[in-house]
Amino acid sequence: MKADPIGVATGSYYLDGDHACAEGAIAGGCRFLAGYPITPSTEVAERMAERFPKVGGVFIQMEDELASMAAVSGAVWAGAKSMTVTSGPGFSLMMENLGLAAMMEVPCVVVNVQRGGPSTGLPTLTGQADMMQARWGSHGDYEIIALSPNSPQECFDLTVKAFNLSEEWRVPVLFMMDECVGHMTEKVVIPNADKIDVTPRKFYKGKKEDYRPFKFNGADSVAPLVKAGDGYFIHITGLTHDERGYPVINAEAQEKNVTHLVNKILKNEEKIRIIEENQVEGADVVVVSYGISSRVAMKAVESAREKGLKVGTIRLVTVWPFPESRIRELAKSVKAFVVPEINLGQIVLEVERCANGEAKTILVPHAGGWVHDPIDILNAIEESIK
Amino acid sequence: MSEPTTDYTDTLTIPEPKENLKHPLESYIRSERFPHIWCSSCGIGTIVTAYISGLQKSGLDPEKVAVVSGIGCSGRAAGYLRLDSFHSTHGRALPFATGLALGNPELKVSVISGDGDIAAIGGNHFIHSARRNIDLNIICINNFNYAMTGGQAGPTTPLEANASTTPYGCYEYPFNLPFLAESSGAVYVARWTALHIRRLTNAISEALQKPGFSFIEIISPCPTLYARRNRLGTGLDTMKFYHDSATIQHGADTREVDIEYQKKIIVGKFVDKDKPTFTEARDTFLNKKLGDQYVPYRRPNNGH
Ligand SMILES: Cc1ncc(C[n+]2csc(CCOP(=O)(O)OP(=O)(O)O)c2C)c(N)n1
Ligand code: SF4
Ligand SMILES: [Mg+2]
Repeated sequence: MKADPIGVATGSYYLDGDHACAEGAIAGGCRFLAGYPITPSTEVAERMAERFPKVGGVFIQMEDELASMAAVSGAVWAGAKSMTVTSGPGFSLMMENLGLAAMMEVPCVVVNVQRGGPSTGLPTLTGQADMMQARWGSHGDYEIIALSPNSPQECFDLTVKAFNLSEEWRVPVLFMMDECVGHMTEKVVIPNADKIDVTPRKFYKGKKEDYRPFKFNGADSVAPLVKAGDGYFIHITGLTHDERGYPVINAEAQEKNVTHLVNKILKNEEKIRIIEENQVEGADVVVVSYGISSRVAMKAVESAREKGLKVGTIRLVTVWPFPESRIRELAKSVKAFVVPEINLGQIVLEVERCANGEAKTILVPHAGGWVHDPIDILNAIEESIK
Repeated sequence: MSEPTTDYTDTLTIPEPKENLKHPLESYIRSERFPHIWCSSCGIGTIVTAYISGLQKSGLDPEKVAVVSGIGCSGRAAGYLRLDSFHSTHGRALPFATGLALGNPELKVSVISGDGDIAAIGGNHFIHSARRNIDLNIICINNFNYAMTGGQAGPTTPLEANASTTPYGCYEYPFNLPFLAESSGAVYVARWTALHIRRLTNAISEALQKPGFSFIEIISPCPTLYARRNRLGTGLDTMKFYHDSATIQHGADTREVDIEYQKKIIVGKFVDKDKPTFTEARDTFLNKKLGDQYVPYRRPNNGH
């Protein structure tokens, strides 16, 4: 279906990524935000606090991020498309209830405008060091979807997309921005509502007594939702459960429940995948990057191409699930992957795992606080094919 | 030895149940999940029964009532109630319930959980939900310990009481929960014990009908852990203790309702006042500020 016009601020603007993300959320149908202020993400919450009363949304500033994440799940079971927004320290606090959302299969969006860590780290400066936390941060086996925008325009477009993916797969979608993208101001075009595709929540329509809140049979099994208050008398728990949602504490139930959580995402990776490829055919080196680093990398790639090197790029828009089959395939034809990221080596581990020794994998690390010097990436490209 | 003169054989045959013979509360219980996990003579079952009776008495439509629990023996309550019921994480029942209540303003949302869940790990959420006067009904089952994990000390364990992590007795000051609730902003505050079933049922009915943040503390026997460790006897002995030591004092000053180890327990309705709920205050305020521009939240029908 198309976006509800009430939430779409059609027009051309100069916006930073944080504000664009807020507009994307509203356009994407979000009507509940629970959050707690933290640099550099606060502007998202502030804009929602201003905009929501005029578009029929609920904004609540909670007492902390534990509460924010828990409230999001509650609001989703009430029927609202919901989100929260934070940065490193708050993201850490959200992990337990992010696990709850994954277990309850709650469609929701969690925005993390990444800053330098660990701990309080660099509150005002950029980082990309929460990428593994996004994937593994809560205990136990589960899967999420994570997107990484590289411009304010994408902060708008991909936030809409994040809500759509969350509804399609009934899963928390982590919107992994970074401080640079959050605070850079660029032109953002917000189209007419009838040009914005919005995935409606899949609500159950059958007989009340036949409703099962979960469906565990295979990769293609996302059960429709109902809302509390509609007379279904659902029971939803963070304990291992059966398709009725009832707790079952044994190994067989665990196998069904957890395998389902993982397979519904991993087995559908190619359907979920959004990656941007450029000149990878015939390339000797492929630079794999995401977020702000993908823009810095372009400078290095251009310089390398000027020097006559055959360099391709892959930009991970969906970082999780990782595009495993594509990297495996490319590893057969390229000599090396170069992976610049603003951390000391996270997504590079995935690239290396998928390359499986068939192509070299070279990390261009940056501890955070600023973006790479393109020269460092260029050097790595040159080094990689020596 | 002479032969028995009366033949009891007949009384041993269990009659076939008549059709429609159902426990009067059966429709509110997920009996397909029985046997439940609670120990025999634990107070939690009694409290769940009182909750159902209170709900019936309140006249609320069960379809419009949801229950959220945290984690603990008490936190299993949600799992046995045939209502929209959610079993969240330890301490986070209140914020989960906040999302549920704000997301569907037609719902009356109860939180049924333990003293540790609500007052220790969830303590911050407790005071802030009360401060905001979110439309929530809190049923806090206080068994003076962390029962689910084996009887550790908690935020309400009385001074000197023994728990597995206070093996020489507790030397931390406990919370006075009604005082905490009132000073944080609750509009309805009561305390009863698992013995006071009739009064508790009335209190639950009243609290369910009360808009805003209502809080009922229920002192409840944990014969398996707290009572055993402190050599307080059986569940029945604990009930007898409640009978002898509970004094009803409606309107008592909540500053003076502290609980000391095995001393008197002041019970009653302490607070019942009116104050706009979070949602009412927000809508009134934003209407005043924004006029026609204010678009109140509507629960989505389909789609978004
Ligand atoms: C984050 C977290 N920490 C610790 C636990 C372990 N845990 C489960 S229940 C519980 C205490 C429950 O005590 P209370 O809320 O008083 O409930 P009771 O069992 O006494 O009814 C604890 C510490 C947990 N589940 N989650
Ligand atoms: S351990 Fe205590 S609180 Fe838990 S079910 Fe048994 S008696 Fe009740
Ligand atoms: Mg307890």
